[in-house]
Amino acid sequence: MNKTMATTINLTLKVWRQKDRNTPGRFEIYCADHIDTDMSFLEMLDVVNEKLIKEGKEPIAFDHDCREGICGLCGAMVNGQAHGPLRDTTLCQLHMRHFQNNATLVIEPWRSRAFPVIKDLVVDRSAFDRIAMAGGFISIKTGSAPEAHTLLVSKSKSDMAMDAAACIACAACVAACPNGSAMLYTAAKAGHLNLLPQGQPEKDQRTLSLVQQMDREGFGHCSNIYECEAACPKGISVTNITRLNRDYFLASRSREQKV
Amino acid sequence: MPLNSKVPEGPLPEKWTRHRLHLKLVNPANKRKFTILVVGTGLAGSSAAASLSELGYQVKVFCIQDSPRRAHSIAAQGGINAAKNYPNDGDSVERLFYDTIKGGDFRSREANVYRLAEVSNSIIDQCVAQGVPFAREYSGYLDNRSFGGAQVSRTFYARGQTGQQLLLGAYHALMKEAAKKTLELFPRREMLDLVVIDKAARGIIVRNLMTGQLESYAGDAVVLATGGYGNVFYLSTNAKACNVTAIWRAHKRGAFFANPCFTQIHPTCIPVHGDYQSKLTLMSESLRNDGRVWIPKNKGDHRPPAEIPESDRDYFLERKYPSFGNLVPRDIASRNAKEQCDKGKGVGTTGLAVYLDFADAIKRVGASVMEEKYGNLFAMYEKITGADPYQVPMMIYPAVHYTMGGLWVDYNLMSNLSGLFVIGEANFSDHGANRLGASALMQGLADGYFILPCTIGDYLAGISPGAFSPTHLEFKACENEARERLSKLLSIKGKRTVDEIHRQLGMLLWDKCGMTRHERRLNEALQKIPQIREEFWNNVNVVGTNEELNQSLEKAGRVADYLEFAEILVKDALHRTESAGGHFREECQTAEGEARRDDEHFSYVAAWEYRGAGQAEELHREPLEFEFAKPSARSYQ
Ligand SMILES: Cc1cc2nc3c(=O)[nH]c(=O)nc-3n(C[C@H](O)[C@H](O)[C@H](O)COP(=O)(O)OP(=O)(O)OC[C@H]3O[C@@H](n4cnc5c(N)ncnc54)[C@H](O)[C@@H]3O)c2cc1C
Ligand code: FES
Repeated sequence: MNKTMATTINLTLKVWRQKDRNTPGRFEIYCADHIDTDMSFLEMLDVVNEKLIKEGKEPIAFDHDCREGICGLCGAMVNGQAHGPLRDTTLCQLHMRHFQNNATLVIEPWRSRAFPVIKDLVVDRSAFDRIAMAGGFISIKTGSAPEAHTLLVSKSKSDMAMDAAACIACAACVAACPNGSAMLYTAAKAGHLNLLPQGQPEKDQRTLSLVQQMDREGFGHCSNIYECEAACPKGISVTNITRLNRDYFLASRSREQKV
Repeated sequence: MPLNSKVPEGPLPEKWTRHRLHLKLVNPANKRKFTILVVGTGLAGSSAAASLSELGYQVKVFCIQDSPRRAHSIAAQGGINAAKNYPNDGDSVERLFYDTIKGGDFRSREANVYRLAEVSNSIIDQCVAQGVPFAREYSGYLDNRSFGGAQVSRTFYARGQTGQQLLLGAYHALMKEAAKKTLELFPRREMLDLVVIDKAARGIIVRNLMTGQLESYAGDAVVLATGGYGNVFYLSTNAKACNVTAIWRAHKRGAFFANPCFTQIHPTCIPVHGDYQSKLTLMSESLRNDGRVWIPKNKGDHRPPAEIPESDRDYFLERKYPSFGNLVPRDIASRNAKEQCDKGKGVGTTGLAVYLDFADAIKRVGASVMEEKYGNLFAMYEKITGADPYQVPMMIYPAVHYTMGGLWVDYNLMSNLSGLFVIGEANFSDHGANRLGASALMQGLADGYFILPCTIGDYLAGISPGAFSPTHLEFKACENEARERLSKLLSIKGKRTVDEIHRQLGMLLWDKCGMTRHERRLNEALQKIPQIREEFWNNVNVVGTNEELNQSLEKAGRVADYLEFAEILVKDALHRTESAGGHFREECQTAEGEARRDDEHFSYVAAWEYRGAGQAEELHREPLEFEFAKPSARSYQ
C-alpha cells in the first residue's frame, strides 16, 4: 500500500568475520536498529557498514554489483538458508519487510571446500569459471557464423535451453547442498548448450570435460537431495541434472566404444 | 591539435568495405608476438578479447568482478537491434542507420553509425551460432519486437535477460580462448592508470583487489571497454562497480573526453525510497503502452490513490501532449515528471514519484491479459516495493541510465593517443546526444566482434612488438603515483564516509546538471564541486589497509575520480548552449517547451583535453557533416 510513514525494525546480526584466507574467522554481533522495511538486505548491510566506518571499524565485506538479481555476485547464508528465506530471490532482491522486529539473523559466507573465504562474506568462486573453461562453450570463431535463419530451433527446445541458461552462477546451489555439490550449476551449463542443435557436435566431449573439471575442483557428489533447486534464485530445475546424467552416460559409452 | 576522425572517402555505404581493403594486416605468424591488453569484460570487452585471441594475438583481460561473466552488461533486459528485416516490415541497413542518427539528435558521426547498422546483422548470426537462446516463434524462426524510436520490429531478445544471454555468449567465447592459453584472465583487478610512453599507450597499472598489490602490464595496444560513468550521479540504474576511473585516468594521460554532458535519463524507474537507497531499478518503458501517468491535482493531497476521484487527478502527459499522450519520448516524459514533482505534487514518501496506473487497462482487457504482457515486471515491482500493481498504481520516477559521452575515438576506434582503443559504452562514438533502446548492446558487440579486430591490426602492423616492458621507468613512476594516492586516501582518517560524499556529489549533479540544465545552476555546481572535492581529501575516512580486500578503498578511488570528472561534465553542459537529446538547456526550448537544437553553432563533437591539475581543459571541435541524413527538428506532435 501507499504509505506515508516508514516502518522500521530492530535486528541483531551475527556476522561471520574473517580477515583473509588464512586467518580463522569468528562471529561478531552487531545491532541493526531502525531498519526501514523497504530496504533491501544489502542496503541494510550498507547501513550497518556506514556505522562501523564512523566508529573507525572495518565494514563487513560482501560481494555485490547489479543489485537486481542478475549478476550473481551477491549471496550469503541467512539463518542457514542460501540467499535467505524467500524463494526465487537473490540476497540483493530480498527486502527487510520479510523479517520480524527483534529477530536475530546469522549471516555466513557460502561454505564449500571449493570456495575458500577471501574475506568475511566474500568467497572465491573461480572454480565455476574453470568448469566453464573446460567445455562450457560452442566453438564458433567470430565471423564464420552462417545466416541465423539457416538454423531452425524449435520453440520448446529454445525455451528449455533458455531455462537452463538463466543460471546466474551465484553458487547458492553449492552452498545449500549438504554434499557441497556443483551439479546444478554444471548441469545448467551443459543443459543450455547440449539442448541446442548448435551444441551437438561437441556435446559428448563437453559433457565429459565439464563433469571431470567439476570433480577436480573438489565439489561433493550429487545424491539427489535437491536442496539446490530450492535455493536457486532463478528456479533452475533439477531435471537439468537428470539430463546431464543421461548425457554423461551416453558420452561415456560412446567413448568406450571408440576405445 | 586538429582532430582527425579518419573517416574514409567514398559513398557512405561503401566506406567500411573500402576501408577494410586498405587496412594493413599483421602476418599470421607475427600475431602471437603482439600482446593486447583488454580492460573490461562486458559485451564490448569480452567479444573483442575472444575475437583477438582467435586471430592469434596474445591477449590479457582484466575486470573488477570475480568473473568476466558478471560485467554490468548482464543487466540489460530489453533487447538488441539488427536490420534483418525478418518481419518484412520495411527495415533495412539504411533505415536502422537513419533511426539511430535521428534518435541521437544529429550529434553523432554518420560514417560510424552507418557501419554500426551494416554489421548489426552479423551480430545476430554470430550470437545464434554461439547458442544464445533468442526468443523464437513456434515455427522455429527468431521472434522480433518493437522498441522506442522505430516504426519497425527489429529488436531480438531473450526473455527479459537479453544482456545476460549475449554476455554469456561472449563469455563462452572468452572461456574457449582461455582454455587454449592464448588468452589470460585477470579478474578482481582494477585499472588505476594508463602508461603512456612517447605519446602511445604501452601498458596499464592495476590493483589486485584481493591482495592490494599493484601490478604492471605492458602491451602493444590497450583496449578500454570499461563501460559508462552514470554512477557519477550516485544513484543510477548502473551496477555499483561501474566507474569512470579507467577512462578518466586515460584522459589525464592525454586521451580526449568527448561530449561528457550527453547523459540519458530513463523515465520509468522505481523511485528512491529512502536516504539509504543504493541504486535504482529500471521498469521497462513498454509499460507506458498501457499505464496512465498521473498525479493529484492539488498539492498536499495525501489520500491513497484509490480515494482520489477522477476530478482531482491530473493526467499531465495526456493533457499536455494529446496526440502522443503517455507515449511521448523518454526525455519528454522524464522532464514532465520532474516538473510536477518540483511543484510539490509528487507522490510517495519522498514526493519524488508519479503514478503509473493500470486500472483502466485492467478494466478494459482483464487482469490475465495484463499478466501475460507484464507479469514479470509486475512481480519484480512487487518484490522491491511490496505493493501490488494489479491493486494500486505503480510509482515511478526518472533515473540516470546511460552515458553517450566517453573517450573520443576515430573511425578505427582509436583515441587520439596511439595504441589506445576504446569500445562499448566507454567511447562516445555512435549514439550522439541520445541513445535508442536496444542499440547499446548492438554497439558493444559490433565494436568487439567486428570492428576492432579489423582496425587494431592496422595499428599493430606499423609498430614492432614488445618494445617496452614493465621494468621501464615510466611504469615504475605510474605505479608509485598510484601507490601514493592509495596511501593518501588511507591516511586522511576524517569523519565522513566515502558513500556520504559520493551521495552529496550525486545529489548536486542530479539537481544542477540532471534532467534539465540552466546556466545559473551549472555555475553553482562548478562552485560547489571543488568544495566537495576538498572536503573529500580532508575529511574522508577510509578504514583498513591497502594490503587486503578493501572495498572502502576501492570506492574511495572511484569517488575521487568522479569528483574530478564532474567538473568537466558540468563545463561541457555549460558550454553547449543548445538542447540536444539528453542535454536539455532550459534557455534553449521552443514556446511549447520542446528541445531547441542549434545546428549552426553546435553541430560538432566536443572533445576535451586535460591540461594539468588546476588548468582549464581545452576544447577541440570535430565538426559533424551530414551527407545522407539531413538534420531535421525532432518532432513528436
Ligand atoms: C538496467 C539496464 C538495462 C539496459 N538494457 C539495455 C537493453 O535492453 N538494450 C541495450 O542495447 N542496452 C541496454 N542497456 C545499456 C547496456 O547494457 C550497456 O550500455 C552495455 O552493456 C555496456 O557494455 P560495455 O561492454 O561497454 O560495458 P560494461 O558491461 O559496463 O562492462 C564494463 C567492464 O569493464 C570493467 N571495468 C570497469 N572499470 C574498470 C577498471 N577501472 N578496471 C578494470 N576493469 C574495469 C568491468 O569490470 C566490466 O567488466 C541497459 C543498461 C542498464 C543499466
Ligand atoms: S548483486 Fe547482482 S545478483 Fe545480487
